[in-house]
Amino acid sequence: MQPLLSIENLKTVFSTARGEIRAVDGVSVSLASGETLGVVGESGCGKTMLALSIMRLLPPNGRVAEGSVLFDGIDLLSLTEADMRKKRGSDIAMIFQEPMTSLNPVLRIGDQIAEAIRLHQNVPAKEALARSAELLDEVGIPQPQRRVRDYPHQMSGGMRQRVMIAMAMSCHPRLLLADEPTTALDVTIQAQILSLISSLKEKNNMAVILITHDLGVVAEAAQKVAVMYAGKIVETSDMEKLFANPLHPYTRGLIESRPSGCSAAGGDERLKTIPGTVPSLYELPSGCRFSERCDLAENICRQAQPELVEIEEGHFAACFVAERAAKN
Amino acid sequence: MQPALLRKGRQKINMASVLIDIQKLEKKYVLGGGFLQNRPRIVRAVDGIDLQIFEGETLGLVGESGCGKSTLAKLLMRLEEPDGGSVIFKDQDILSLSPDDLKAYRSRVQMIFQDPYSSLNPRQSAISIIEEPLTIHGMGDRRQNREVSLKLMNKVGLSSEQAGRYPHEFSGGQRQRIGIARALALQPSLIIADEPVSALDASIQAQILNLLKDLKKDFGLTYLFISHDLNVIRHVSDRIAVMYLGHIVELAGKNDLYREPLHPYTRMLLAAMPSCDLPGKKRDAIVRGEARESDDEGCNFKDRCVYKTSLCQTTKPLLKPYREGGWCACHHAGTI
Repeated sequence: MQPLLSIENLKTVFSTARGEIRAVDGVSVSLASGETLGVVGESGCGKTMLALSIMRLLPPNGRVAEGSVLFDGIDLLSLTEADMRKKRGSDIAMIFQEPMTSLNPVLRIGDQIAEAIRLHQNVPAKEALARSAELLDEVGIPQPQRRVRDYPHQMSGGMRQRVMIAMAMSCHPRLLLADEPTTALDVTIQAQILSLISSLKEKNNMAVILITHDLGVVAEAAQKVAVMYAGKIVETSDMEKLFANPLHPYTRGLIESRPSGCSAAGGDERLKTIPGTVPSLYELPSGCRFSERCDLAENICRQAQPELVEIEEGHFAACFVAERAAKN
Repeated sequence: MQPALLRKGRQKINMASVLIDIQKLEKKYVLGGGFLQNRPRIVRAVDGIDLQIFEGETLGLVGESGCGKSTLAKLLMRLEEPDGGSVIFKDQDILSLSPDDLKAYRSRVQMIFQDPYSSLNPRQSAISIIEEPLTIHGMGDRRQNREVSLKLMNKVGLSSEQAGRYPHEFSGGQRQRIGIARALALQPSLIIADEPVSALDASIQAQILNLLKDLKKDFGLTYLFISHDLNVIRHVSDRIAVMYLGHIVELAGKNDLYREPLHPYTRMLLAAMPSCDLPGKKRDAIVRGEARESDDEGCNFKDRCVYKTSLCQTTKPLLKPYREGGWCACHHAGTI
């Protein structure tokens, strides 16, 4: 089966006053319809820039230097700006972390959704407005007929995120990019938004890329996981495999340093930590980017960069130590 | 509330020494009511809270945004003036302190803030940030203070070479370490940590949580640890208070709370918590609705509660003891 989205060796660079940096450095992933890929990583690892590269919405100083983004067989990077604009919002939609700054504060909710509909579909204004009420109903907003007349400030953060999702769903996208969609929300609201995204995905057979810093969110909502570190994917596999048997020391560190609580830790138990901090993209180590923080690092890790290789079936990791352990 | 049970509870509290005793604390904010608005809206951010913090414990305070947990912290620091109730710190009512005594009180109780970016002065070097409380409280001469501050820097995992650097030269986790060193400078007995790790990346969170634990042991500290994250709260706390719309709805020992939550809201929070121990776990059907405003009548949680009865519509539940050290404000606790 041909995947819906297939990204090959994507490299996104930024030119800054201090020189050129690679925010996304050779990322390859693929995703089929009806699948959710969770992209996990800490701030600055390039996960948002990966999404913006797919959408071709990079900031002015950023550009894709290499690679391809095949969506349904078409390379998005080779489209003209006009063609790309047709894809955005209709075939590919995106929702962001902060629903307040993504909505226009001086327009009514209903008009904003109707605008998105009329941009891509030739329907009369009245019909578009009626359709926005239906969409609000679909994303679980009570009294949708009344709510279409509300302004963003009249809604809570959770409701605004539902509006963003309604807007994203307005043209039945086949791919939804969700960039930290629940980070600004309370846990009980987060749970509801995640299950809303999952049910919409099932219903419309969408592919979803869920970007998050929270491994727990990935465990709840994704089928595939890619762990990013300093611009590269360091491990990728099915969600179950990743949590059952994390291969990369960074992934392992992330899982173990999480105060999960469920292990009934006593009051004196210390958390395992990953020492140090994420390297600056200006001063990347010459070998493996995680080598300076890794307690398994050997000489080779400091000299050469590990490639992402298949270590178990369907389970890839970029780590010399894990690779050797698998061979023996 | 049943007087007999209440008295029994108080006695127990007196046995372990109470560091801070909060009684019927209230804070209201009036919103709107300006020229263009019809009528003012009253938000009861802290609505009659009774809570004791024992010496040497970590009391976790958990709740969602807007539940009043930060307001409670500010009231304890007297950064906000309460509308009612009392706060007794070691037999001293902090609400009636003279300005000098208030200053002394604030050296006993210090705060660590959520955002390590906005809580440090960008124009002060790390060492002078840590030193400042010592200067303000007239602790020692310049040289002594500098020495103390350098020791504190090492204690929180920063090197002496970093002393002259400015906040922007540090990472988020390092900045939080500076904030912690500043809070420790006056050797306080109570530290109020308001979401101290929420702004940090996963791999840094664990470092800071471990540091806070070590410092507690080394300095004999008591913590009021505020967080929205039940995983973090469970890791650090001895007892946990759950807040909902200005009220404490449940108070329990850590293990009891997670093993057998009594209040429906606590259950909802636990069900909503993303967890990687149980990948793919189906979210409980009880997670629904959003917190609005506190109601005049009945239980604040009734609109979101799956167990509500007519009693919940009309009568506010009070915080009552249910088990050893466990309190809950729900008419149906223990039967649901």
